[in-house]
Amino acid sequence: MSTDRSSASHGDGSPATFWTPLFLAWLLALLATAGALFLGEVMGKAPCVLCWYQRIAMFPLVLVLGMGLFFSDARSVRYALPLACVGWGIAAYHLLVFWGVVSEGLVPCGKGSSCADADVQVAGMVPIPLLSLAAFTGILVALWMARRRARA
Amino acid sequence: MNRKWIVLGTVVAVVLAFVAGVAVFTSRSNQDVKQAAQANSDALVRPHSPVFGNPAAKVTIVEFFDPSCETCRAFYPIVKRMVNASFGQVRLVVRYAPLHEGSDTAVKILEAARQQGKYWEALERALAAQPQWAAHHRPQPEMIWDLMGDIGLDMAKARADANGPAIDQLLRQDIADMQTLKVNRTPGFFVNGIPLRDFGEAQLKALVEQELRKAGSP
Repeated sequence: MSTDRSSASHGDGSPATFWTPLFLAWLLALLATAGALFLGEVMGKAPCVLCWYQRIAMFPLVLVLGMGLFFSDARSVRYALPLACVGWGIAAYHLLVFWGVVSEGLVPCGKGSSCADADVQVAGMVPIPLLSLAAFTGILVALWMARRRARA
Repeated sequence: MNRKWIVLGTVVAVVLAFVAGVAVFTSRSNQDVKQAAQANSDALVRPHSPVFGNPAAKVTIVEFFDPSCETCRAFYPIVKRMVNASFGQVRLVVRYAPLHEGSDTAVKILEAARQQGKYWEALERALAAQPQWAAHHRPQPEMIWDLMGDIGLDMAKARADANGPAIDQLLRQDIADMQTLKVNRTPGFFVNGIPLRDFGEAQLKALVEQELRKAGSP
């Protein structure tokens, strides 16, 4: 049983309790990735520069956490946390740009779509950076829980 | 083992939901574009537009065209051949969709050449040299003037026409029609009012064949 072996190697006798929060974090990353691809490739909304940086942080989480889940490996949290933190930071900054708190002049938005454009909304009301920030927040919380349980 | 199946099952579920979403979204947007074309058939062909081929042809290809667009450049000889090989049954109507920076200037220069009957010569020169003047990070549409130096234009008149109100009005109308017909990529093709949604050379040919058959020609 690979599950027991890897959890035992992290100083916990009980079956890996970190698995459920890890699964939640992965599921959020998977849904966010599918959503981003749908918006970009199917609905044809060209991602702006800041969206691309968030994608760079989000997409690998699916693979890193997926492997962690597959082999019940709590160490995957360690590799996922920096990605999720960076992604959260960029999403928060993007939301400030979108709301006009930070001027877009400071953002490296050259050609392509604007990061402060009203087009950056789903169903005309929810800004995409807000969705992204919510996803990264959820992932961070779930990863933090997984880490605590793996250490317990 | 059980947990591995949960992971795999979730992946499969999300992929299936994605595919279903794609199917729903595509069919809905195809419907939208089709309805826009049906409801606004007068926006497809305007009397001011350049026509290539027999004006009384049974099948009309309307192409929303951007002189800076690489795919439009690649399709130009294909569409020209289709019109030429149709023995007067197919014509091409050129509409403008200046989606790139600098494309509006390029269109104005081409239209100025048209006022002196040199449209197709000017268009072919501009397309041949497109990689030089239409680099997306630094478009220089003014270069097209130099390319047309020897096709016999009255340059002073052409430059005045290019900035004149008639061409400006034509371009505005084309942009308005492009928006009405929900064209957001170039080239945007309509064959007898039917939008080409599944893009490609073979698909365009098939749609033209289908319309030729409908028109009752051999």
